Amino acid sequence: MISRRRTSAAAVRLGYALALIAALLPLLSCVRDQPVRLRFWAMGREGEVVAEMVRDFERENPGIEVEVQQIPWSAAHEKLLTAYVGRSTPDVSQLGNTWIAEFTALHALEPLDHWIAASKDVRDSAFFRGIWDTNVIGSVTRGVPWYVDTRVLFYRRDLLQRAGVKEMPVTWSAWRSAMESVRRMLGPGHYAIFLPTNEWPQPMILGLQSGADLLSDGGTRGDFESPRFRRAFDFYLSLFRDQLAPPFSNNQVANMYQEFARGTFTMVITGPWNIGEFRRRLPPELAASWTTAALPGPDGPGVSMAGGSSLVVFRSSRHRDAAWRLVEFLSRPEQQLRFYRLSGDLPARVECWRDTALTRDPEAQAFGEQLQRTVSWPKVPEFEEIAIRLQDQVERAVRGVTPPDSALAALDRDVDRILEKRRWMRAHGLVSEHEEAP
Amino acid sequence: MSGAGERQDRAAWMFLAPALALIGVFFVLPVIAGFLLSFTDFDIYSIGDPRVARLIGAANYRDVLTDAEFWNALRNTLVYVLLGAPLAVLASFGAALLVNAPRLRARGVFRVVFFTPVVTTLVAVAIVWRYLYHPRYGLFDWTLAHFGLPAVDWLGDPHWAMPAIIVLAVWKNFGYNMLIFVAALQAIPAELNEAAELDGAGAWQRFRYVTVPALRPAMLFVTVMTVLANFQLFAEPYVMTQGGPLHSTVSLVMLMYEQGFRWWRMGRAAAIAFLLFVLMLAATRIQLRLQRERAR
Repeated sequence: MISRRRTSAAAVRLGYALALIAALLPLLSCVRDQPVRLRFWAMGREGEVVAEMVRDFERENPGIEVEVQQIPWSAAHEKLLTAYVGRSTPDVSQLGNTWIAEFTALHALEPLDHWIAASKDVRDSAFFRGIWDTNVIGSVTRGVPWYVDTRVLFYRRDLLQRAGVKEMPVTWSAWRSAMESVRRMLGPGHYAIFLPTNEWPQPMILGLQSGADLLSDGGTRGDFESPRFRRAFDFYLSLFRDQLAPPFSNNQVANMYQEFARGTFTMVITGPWNIGEFRRRLPPELAASWTTAALPGPDGPGVSMAGGSSLVVFRSSRHRDAAWRLVEFLSRPEQQLRFYRLSGDLPARVECWRDTALTRDPEAQAFGEQLQRTVSWPKVPEFEEIAIRLQDQVERAVRGVTPPDSALAALDRDVDRILEKRRWMRAHGLVSEHEEAP
Repeated sequence: MSGAGERQDRAAWMFLAPALALIGVFFVLPVIAGFLLSFTDFDIYSIGDPRVARLIGAANYRDVLTDAEFWNALRNTLVYVLLGAPLAVLASFGAALLVNAPRLRARGVFRVVFFTPVVTTLVAVAIVWRYLYHPRYGLFDWTLAHFGLPAVDWLGDPHWAMPAIIVLAVWKNFGYNMLIFVAALQAIPAELNEAAELDGAGAWQRFRYVTVPALRPAMLFVTVMTVLANFQLFAEPYVMTQGGPLHSTVSLVMLMYEQGFRWWRMGRAAAIAFLLFVLMLAATRIQLRLQRERAR
């Protein structure tokens, strides 16, 4: 009897305890607030270095945890689209700025304007204008520039000086005569400039420089037969015709650095990652013989492309405010500089370029100057496909397979075909004001 | 009687059901969906909003068939099939005869060596072959230079890129069919050869009148499979040349991949897939008919 009464008393006590715990459980979870976990996709090398930077963000924001997921560049575009289709996009992501139009067309990106208006760290005027502009589709801002990428001239100062050219010219005609002098001085087997026939940015940049719009009718038709683009195209082709540039693709020049060191060509138009590569790969005795310069233009200093990556917030995120805080954090000047030191990626904020880390770097300076003059590619999802078509026609024209007129006519025909859906959507009011390319 | 037959039928269906269900879900349905897709302009905009996908009838097929890129890819693929398939079959056949030669020692070693490329990752192979084809440091051009011949830019020259891909693919894949031929060779009863020898047949006659006819079924199988596989050329140019130079190595499957997963024109890609299917079906029927006529 006794023992049975004891057990029943114990059972009752246990019951009370359980009831108490059950009653307190929701309360407990309120006190121990679940931290917000942000998923942040970053690509390649950027993904490696930013993993270190977000720890500071977490210290500043105790309730937020950031999980950096590294995506290889080669798979990034496909993974982002697949994630969108599978409704598993991250909260924040790095996005190549040529992809912003595409993801805007998918309605995947959160507009950032309301946050920017309230932010003290992020103002459009703090960033290079051309770069900021790549993030604005229609009138809505969809990304904040993270780092920039543009193209400038890398050239052999020693060879240019031996050919009697003291400074890199700023107009096309002076640039051209500098190239002619170099070529005369070096003789056969040498060229003045290397413009790989399988790369589209060079001819496309020359088009931007001569003021071509590339597309017309709100980004629904090709405009490559316009006199402006024609002028750039003729200039580009003339460099091959007069043997100032070799008709080689990238694959045909096994080692660009070696050929640059040998003087096979004196100039090349390329991007910021090559500052480090040139320093590493050129023989040490040439260290002082090369430098960089902003691009010449038709009638004065020329523009270049506004490339780079932005930070975007996905619309499907459940923690958009926290996500924006991370974007804001990474956009601060000191974080931009830290990112530059860690990765070598050039900062998108103008004030960072007054820091000694950049002012002391003579090769980076040309980029700083060029960034004052950048123009966005047409902001349509089909841009990359259009660029590849341009590359095909340019290559055909360079190799003399197609005369320039027919190459450009064929290009406009191709591009019109590619943009047919866009025209149809516009005619039916399906491209909303916010998405439309100006 | 009919009751028992019915019961048997039902049992057969039940045994087949799991396999049929899987084939239905993972093969038949997607094929039907793909076929329907090929009559729409499903693209990047439609991923964002399916309502903007349009039914466009046969326009995808018309566009593909009037696109110079398609004909270029078709030509490249046919070159690969017509040059690559016979070469591949001959290489596997020759290798099988060699490793099956009675006088050969260390037979197992040779079989393993010839089979190794089949099981090696293509990406690793591609890195090695890119060096072999290198115009300045490559083995091929080094050999050419020894004979005083000018260097060839194998992967950079539009005329040589496809032959270079064919050589790589033959080397990579001949080991598999070699094994099939070896198995067929070993299945030839020794008595046949002995009888032929007694009748006074020489080595060539025995090869011509005993070995070759006995291998006919294996030959048909290998040829059909090789041609089908060659129509689906993708990985080799994808890792070696990305379709270049001047699109000389873009295959039909590569064109389809680009349309589908690079530019997200799913409708167009589906249309290319069905055109390729029709082409492969036709090629296989022609082969089977030829074989039947020869057998007669």
